[in-house]
Amino acid sequence: MKKLLFGLYAAIVLVLMVWGFYMAIYVAPEDAMQGEIFRIIFYHVPSASVAFVFFAISLAGSIGYLACRRNSPNGAQVADAWALAGAEVGVVFCTVVLVTGPIWGRRAWGIWWTWDARLTTTLVLWLIYVSYLLLRRFAAGPQVQTLAAVLGIFGALDVPIVYMSNRWWRTQHPAPVFGGSEGSGMDPSMLPAFFWNMGAWFAWGILILALRYRVERQQQKFAAEEAQAALNENG
Amino acid sequence: MTRALWTHLVKDLRIELRSLDALVSMLFFSLLVVVLFSIAFDPHGDFSREIAGGVLSVATMFASVSALNQAWAREIRHQVIDAQRMAPAPGADLFLAKVIANFLFVSIVQVILAPVFLIMYNLHIEGQAWLLAVVLPLGTWALVGNGIFFAALSIRTRNRELLLSLILFPIFIPALLAMVRATSSILTGDSDPTLWIKLLAGYDIIFTTVSLLLFDVVFHAE
Repeated sequence: MKKLLFGLYAAIVLVLMVWGFYMAIYVAPEDAMQGEIFRIIFYHVPSASVAFVFFAISLAGSIGYLACRRNSPNGAQVADAWALAGAEVGVVFCTVVLVTGPIWGRRAWGIWWTWDARLTTTLVLWLIYVSYLLLRRFAAGPQVQTLAAVLGIFGALDVPIVYMSNRWWRTQHPAPVFGGSEGSGMDPSMLPAFFWNMGAWFAWGILILALRYRVERQQQKFAAEEAQAALNENG
Repeated sequence: MTRALWTHLVKDLRIELRSLDALVSMLFFSLLVVVLFSIAFDPHGDFSREIAGGVLSVATMFASVSALNQAWAREIRHQVIDAQRMAPAPGADLFLAKVIANFLFVSIVQVILAPVFLIMYNLHIEGQAWLLAVVLPLGTWALVGNGIFFAALSIRTRNRELLLSLILFPIFIPALLAMVRATSSILTGDSDPTLWIKLLAGYDIIFTTVSLLLFDVVFHAE
């Protein structure tokens, strides 16, 4: 039953993605100022939103792990799996943001990169979560979950400070063109394409997140079984 | 100051006084970084004043990583670290003692390095020089506080010496930015560094508090 539902969801996601692509490339009108290059916004902004939401999930998982690692081991494992899955899939989406951003910036601003608050924050966020994944790779044994949870909290704390410091640093720099709220300055005829893509990319992200979570839970189970088997042999 | 903290602090200072390991290696390493940057950028005039703050901060950052790695590594021998884990004293004392000791080491290095630095980059300070005595300690505290914490975090991992840099530097970015901007604006006298000093102070307060709260979790992780 579970598998059937999952397959159904995956099929819906695929249809949504195709529909989103169609809307973004063929239906949405060309931008009056920027021409075709503006269509990257249909991929850039949804990816950024997904990345930020998933990093938030990762933070919640980290806090959850630390909160219940003493009194509810199973809940702690679940929280840790969410923390890892959120960070990993978040990094992938954040990479998409960091790749599509400069491509658009080169055409719209004439430069690949600028040390603007939002760009810098995203880059630092990416760096922090990559270091988080590296820690998970280098640390061994059961301690890795605790260490990673602590680093996850530290990293999340850093993000608002990075954002503020860059706003102070680059006060003279013109604000990024893509405005504060999601549709600001966007023509109503482009909005459907935007929202369809937003929905499609979120659905896709959740699919991958769920898969990653599932794999991590399986791995935890195998690790626990192996540990148990080793104990039985020795005993 | 509790007795446990004092004991740890005196012990660390005594070890360093006898061996001078951290001080000598940091001093030489930061001197090398300053010389290398000087060769790479050939600084003179206004340009040297603009980059000096960045070079000094980055030199301190790279140099202190070697000391930070040693800070816990020397406790591994003879299972000292396990004994410390079993001791009834709160871990926060141990953490704070290590931070203070290493803060002193890095500060000593900066004090010795500063004149060399001023000479090699032909600097004369245009802003209020005494503010450097506020900025550098605040920045050093941010670096050492987080560094000691992450060194404890990575002590039982593979590649721990590399891992420390990999997780410390991204988190340290805002403090580094504030430190560089503040030092540069003091050296050039162009702008007011107050905002950056406030940011550094805020960073120090936030991360020292969180480190103190979470240190036991990391130290006893198993």
